[in-house]
Amino acid sequence: MSKHHITTTINGDEVDFLCETSQTLLDVLRDELHLTGTKEGCATGDCGACSVSLDGVLVCSCLVLGVETGGKKIETIEGMADGDELHPLQRKFVEHVALQCGICTPGLLVAARSLLAKNPDPTEEEVRFGLAGNLCRCTGYQNIVNAVLDAAAEMRGA
Amino acid sequence: MGLKPTPYGTAIPFEEKELKFVGKNPTERPDAIEKVTGRARYAADYSLPGQLFGKVLRSPHAHANILSIDTSAAEALPGVKAVVTMDDFPDLEVEIAAAGELMVNFRDVTRNVMAREKVLYDGHPLAAVAATSNAIAKRALKLIKVEYEVLPHVIDVVEAMQPDAPILHEDQFTKGVDPKPEKPSNIATRIESKLGNSEEGFKKADVIIERHFNTKAAHQGYIEPHACVANYTEGGYAEVWTSTQGHFVFRSQIAKILKMDLAKITVTPAELGGGFGGKNTVYLEPLAIVLSKKSRHPVKMVMTRDEVFRATGPTSGTNTKVKIGATKDGKITGAQAELNYQSGAFAGSSLSMAAVTVFTRYDIENILVIGHDVTCNRPKVAAYRAPGAPMIAFGVESVIDELAEKLEIDPIEFRLTNAAKEGTQTHFGPKLGPIGFVETLEAAKASEHMKMPLGPNQGRGIATGFWFTIGNETSSTLNIAEDGTASFVYGTVDVAGGSRAVFTQIVAEELGIPLESIRVVQSNTTSLGFNFTTAGSRGTAAGSMAAVKASRDAVARMCDIAAKIWDVDIDEVAWEDGHARPAGANVGDFDPLSVADLAKKAAYYGGTIAGHAELNVVGGGPGFGTHIIDVEVDKGTGAVKVLRYSVIQDAGKAVFPDYVKAQFHGGAVQGIGMALNEEYIYDENGIMENPGFLDYRMPVASDVPNIDTIIVEVPNPNHPYGVRGIGEVPIIPPLAAIANAIHDATGIRLQDHPMSPPKVLKAMSEL
Ligand code: FES
Ligand code: FES
Repeated sequence: MSKHHITTTINGDEVDFLCETSQTLLDVLRDELHLTGTKEGCATGDCGACSVSLDGVLVCSCLVLGVETGGKKIETIEGMADGDELHPLQRKFVEHVALQCGICTPGLLVAARSLLAKNPDPTEEEVRFGLAGNLCRCTGYQNIVNAVLDAAAEMRGA
Repeated sequence: MGLKPTPYGTAIPFEEKELKFVGKNPTERPDAIEKVTGRARYAADYSLPGQLFGKVLRSPHAHANILSIDTSAAEALPGVKAVVTMDDFPDLEVEIAAAGELMVNFRDVTRNVMAREKVLYDGHPLAAVAATSNAIAKRALKLIKVEYEVLPHVIDVVEAMQPDAPILHEDQFTKGVDPKPEKPSNIATRIESKLGNSEEGFKKADVIIERHFNTKAAHQGYIEPHACVANYTEGGYAEVWTSTQGHFVFRSQIAKILKMDLAKITVTPAELGGGFGGKNTVYLEPLAIVLSKKSRHPVKMVMTRDEVFRATGPTSGTNTKVKIGATKDGKITGAQAELNYQSGAFAGSSLSMAAVTVFTRYDIENILVIGHDVTCNRPKVAAYRAPGAPMIAFGVESVIDELAEKLEIDPIEFRLTNAAKEGTQTHFGPKLGPIGFVETLEAAKASEHMKMPLGPNQGRGIATGFWFTIGNETSSTLNIAEDGTASFVYGTVDVAGGSRAVFTQIVAEELGIPLESIRVVQSNTTSLGFNFTTAGSRGTAAGSMAAVKASRDAVARMCDIAAKIWDVDIDEVAWEDGHARPAGANVGDFDPLSVADLAKKAAYYGGTIAGHAELNVVGGGPGFGTHIIDVEVDKGTGAVKVLRYSVIQDAGKAVFPDYVKAQFHGGAVQGIGMALNEEYIYDENGIMENPGFLDYRMPVASDVPNIDTIIVEVPNPNHPYGVRGIGEVPIIPPLAAIANAIHDATGIRLQDHPMSPPKVLKAMSEL
């Protein structure tokens, strides 16, 4: 079975990869490109641990095929900080103890960034519903919600 | 506990003192930056050069004899490098050992890892394949031919206890009954514990309430599936990187299952993506090692979510009976409980631990507790946060609430009247030491939450919980580098990022050096002596005791160097604020020496500075908590919404308070999930119907409210900083507290879990 040659942009860099038809974007990121910051919790679109943004749209990378991503822009957790400078969401997650085991954290950060891009001034309820696609078993969500609200305020310059 | 108490254990007594780091939130947790940038390495993130991918063939039947397994077609598939079945594993004798809060029997562990005579549940492994890609490994599984003789199965705990139930183990005769039964039974063990005479106690009661409860199995639900990479090398060595709460216990289990020497196995715990008790026992690791040995390649294995649900965890489904009697003025005179707990395919549920928590929150003179550990065709039960306790607390705290209502006594007052205190005799042996239960009830009574008004269809519920803190073997090393910075190597796996921060705070406090000068490192199994698994809320409590001991060891060594430099007696050197100083004015006029000064000179004065702890920690302080929950019940749909939630718990001493609160949040929300939604559902063939997150519905952010927290601090006298374990108590009260709140809102009392909309609707229609 011959593999497909795909060219994409990942976190601003042009990236080439070979993949089988059945490989998901998540498989490609983790197994072919060794970008293991994106996590697999279920591979069925139910946990959000694999969240990435694809041409600016939040997707579960376990539900996208590698072959569909040709010519597209992919953003993963690895591209979130600007060098040494953490993204405000990352900093607020640390400050608010919004992570425990941390396996859900990359997905939640990517999802939160996409939420704030659409709605820079969300209410608590909007954050809770906006992140309802991301499971976290450790935190009970409260510190995550507070971190997102606090980061949103900072990003608005409030 | 199942763990032998030792007279040679170590407890370092509590000292009241000024604190600089302990009790204050550190600004940055040692693990946090790696985790928010995606750089933290979990087991599935590891890869070795030349690695193969391993997959497991699992039983599609709940109960069947294995007549034959033919792997020849799979072996012939290009890309397949090894196939293993039971023939690649030695059979083992009965041998019991502790693995976390539950005991394991190696004869069963090896059968759970790879079925031998029969398959005992849907998902039971019976072969494994290593191939050059995941896709080829999956294709190979389909080529393995297994002939089964399907047997009748049993899923439900009460059905499994019946004399005519299908029997899982023909050689299992109920233990704990005299004389030994003649017929095999699914009841593996009967236990009984009592205090006073419960029947006499009931005679003094004015009101007696007896109720039956049922709870369904629930999964720990960690988001990280089990994963490992194993490499078997020349000379018979094995290296494993894995997702574990206890790498030393994993090493012991691997050594037994594969009949290897312990020293030939190195287990490295990867960053853990959640465990909650479910990662205390091996599943994939022995398979990966044997596949690696056979194929001469490293082998990586990662479970799918479907495999996690079907073959790991969950907690016991239970059937319980609770009977409590009290006088008119609210004094409990007698109490009985019967606990029937599923253990899954092999004996050994959390029954023995659950049984000792039943009435331990209350000072009751007459108690009888009877329990049965019951095998049935489900995955072998694993520990889940306060294993077994939430289910029996559901019963006890519901009956307590009903008694209080009948006696027209406020539910908190009723509990205060009967609350356990220092000196209370437990029904399982020891008297309780200083505990903070009354303080949590008083704090609940005085809380803002209790003053909030309730609207129509809204109700408030109270429930309480108790759990142990275990100690056990704990080793660590503190190395002081030549520049005076410190690395602390610990071996109690940091299951969620809190204990690493705490160890840094403790070392900083003991040495008097800033947090930034300390690096904490999680050991593998070769860099430290044995550490018991992180279970029983011991991680921070026992681990920090070892940090204190290792720090004090290093301080003694630094005082020794100062004494040599000054040419004085070691008793004439004092350690204060990160410096060796003369102990008094008459010792001499010497400038204080910092850690860095001493480290620079250490080589000449006898060698490197290090401190060690190799302890068996004892004296863990039990934890108590009280929860208050407000719910609103939708009368049309039966849906229950949690509106307000307060956790009040005794932490002994909260070393990192924001993290303690975060643990309270997490436990409470797991409890809400268990109470309202989560359950294992089986079809009539004994096949799990909901092995995925879509149908096994865990709480999401929009399902839950903010959780208010109050930390009570009654120091544990047997810990130098007064620390108690805090991780497990918060999951115990939610089931009962929600049931009590639903009653307050609607008048119904639910005894069947989960309290899902159809059950609420039905109960309301029967009112
Ligand atoms: S791994 Fe993609 S949603 Fe869970
Ligand atoms: S922090 Fe562990 S799952 Fe979210």
